[in-house]
Amino acid sequence: MEGANPSSQPPPAEPAPAAGAVSQASAAAPQAGSAAPPPGADERVRKLSRFQRVMGRPEAASVAGAVLVFVVFGVAAGHSGMFALDGIVNWSTVAAYLGIIAIGACLLMIAGEFDLSMGSMIGFAGMMAAIPPLYFGWPVWLSMLVTLACALALGFVNGQLVMRTGLPSFIVTLAFLFILRGLTLALSIIFANRTIVSGIGDLAATDPLARTLFTGTFGDGLFTWMARSGWVRTLDDGRPLVRGIPKVIAWWAALAIASSFRLTRTRFGNWIFAVGGDATAAKNVGVPVARVKVTLFMFTAFCAWLFAMLQICDIGSAAADRGLQKEFEAIIAAVIGGSLLTGGYGSVVGACFGALIFGVVQIGITYTNVNSDWFRVFLGLMLLVAVLFNNQVRRRVTEAR
Amino acid sequence: MTANPQSEFILELEAVSKFFGSVIALKDVTLRLRRGEVHCLLGDNGAGKSTLIKILAGVHQPTSGTYRVDGEPVVFRSPRDALDRGIATVYQDLALVPLMSVARNFVMGREPMRKMLGVLRVLDQDHASRIASEKLSDMGILVRDLDQAVGTMSGGERQCLAIARAIHFGARALILDEPTAALGVKQSANVLRLVARARQKGISVIFITHNVHHAYPVGDSFTLLNRGHSMGTFAKNAISRDQVLDMMAGGLEMQKLMAEFGVRV
Repeated sequence: MEGANPSSQPPPAEPAPAAGAVSQASAAAPQAGSAAPPPGADERVRKLSRFQRVMGRPEAASVAGAVLVFVVFGVAAGHSGMFALDGIVNWSTVAAYLGIIAIGACLLMIAGEFDLSMGSMIGFAGMMAAIPPLYFGWPVWLSMLVTLACALALGFVNGQLVMRTGLPSFIVTLAFLFILRGLTLALSIIFANRTIVSGIGDLAATDPLARTLFTGTFGDGLFTWMARSGWVRTLDDGRPLVRGIPKVIAWWAALAIASSFRLTRTRFGNWIFAVGGDATAAKNVGVPVARVKVTLFMFTAFCAWLFAMLQICDIGSAAADRGLQKEFEAIIAAVIGGSLLTGGYGSVVGACFGALIFGVVQIGITYTNVNSDWFRVFLGLMLLVAVLFNNQVRRRVTEAR
Repeated sequence: MTANPQSEFILELEAVSKFFGSVIALKDVTLRLRRGEVHCLLGDNGAGKSTLIKILAGVHQPTSGTYRVDGEPVVFRSPRDALDRGIATVYQDLALVPLMSVARNFVMGREPMRKMLGVLRVLDQDHASRIASEKLSDMGILVRDLDQAVGTMSGGERQCLAIARAIHFGARALILDEPTAALGVKQSANVLRLVARARQKGISVIFITHNVHHAYPVGDSFTLLNRGHSMGTFAKNAISRDQVLDMMAGGLEMQKLMAEFGVRV
């Protein structure tokens, strides 16, 4: 009986798929081009063109989308000053704010988790940094650092809760969305008796930490020089119209480069993909799954904190309702950037282009005579198209042959 | 880790039990893996094979009993500890991430690093691709494209990739969890050849399966598990394939059952 089983049963089953594979291969051969596969190479491989390879990258769609958006607004609003220096600074500032939190959301999403508390964290961190200097006489830098520690601790709690309970991060961070927003309102009333506090901008402008990192612009000398040379538009007194590059843009660029490097070039980055692609598999080959995810929850908290610090220094006030719905905008930017909602796939560069599309459309629409209510409609559609496209990518990559 | 030459066995489980609440998954199981042998662990569904290998791999800790590596008792807190001692497990789900490339999967968890500009520690992607392609062809596996996602590979290719990866990362003892379960005949044969090749390289293998036809040709000794108990370990020359098959299929139990029903055997 032992001889009968392996010899008689399987052969009828085996040749059938083999024959199928051969006929498929020969059918595919003409499409694949006339080049015969080198000896030893797999005859089932089809050479992809360079274009197909580029389009297979996660950020391809968002880059294409950004180009499209630039073309559309170039035609519709090209003469309106949208692409003059002050216009560029305008929309890139919006893109930079969103980009900072989109990078955090993107890395976390690639690791397979969400942080819906980012928006509330922005409001919380802003108030928490602004109230002590204004009401208790703390130095701004101390207040900002304490707030940072607190934000990181909250990110840690978020991450630990998700990892230890095994609950979806969607639910856990949704809880924190409400907890933090409620706390922000309640504590601001207790400590300041109001939900908008102003005057932090003046304090920040003289604070060593805030002045160096968050307030104002950089590259002012360059812009002054360009103004003197007559290359950029100037005010009546000869100073340049745009004084320099807002620091938020520098932060965005620095964070984008550092995060993209981290994601694509380092061991930790490989682990981010691994835990998002298949957490069990990653754990089984020795990747510290919990540590990777908790670190990323703390990173999103850091991004929200950074957003808040830049915002209070820029606007000069803090308000308990800041950052409303920012968590969704960050996720939208990440998804437009090609990150899969289910994790394991995505790109920081893509998320940055997603944020750029956001900024260009949001500001660009005010340069046209289209009602800006359409902005949200456009955004929703963009999201839908991106998700459909990403789904297609995932199916192509994961489908077993 | 230096191997202790005094110990004849690389891995030993001594009277190991594992309880999950009221469930007795394993009871007083003893298993010894000789150096350089292929040891087949056979058992039907629910026999405790998965629990046993999870203990070996450091995923679970035994409730009682001792686990020795190279003759010295060990307590593994995580799979990483087991890996550090050269014990690698290839699970049924293969621990491969479908969305990641072959090369990145190959080095996952043990990424080769290099210094960029003398300071930044970055992934050495060229090195990763090179070792992946070398080790795979070394094992007789041809991969179409190292940048392709693992999700596009066939089951047999994935199995071979997972085994080759474990061998490359210093596995002295390799635990294979039903590597041929989902494979066709030809692909199973490839995997069995790979197991034999691993033994040639001096690697000790625990080969879990419920297919005697796959286990018998490649195995040197056989341990049978049944409902959480070990039914003993047998060397190849001490047992025939039919006997193994009988014990696996619960041949004795069947005879008892038939006797109860008054059927003459």
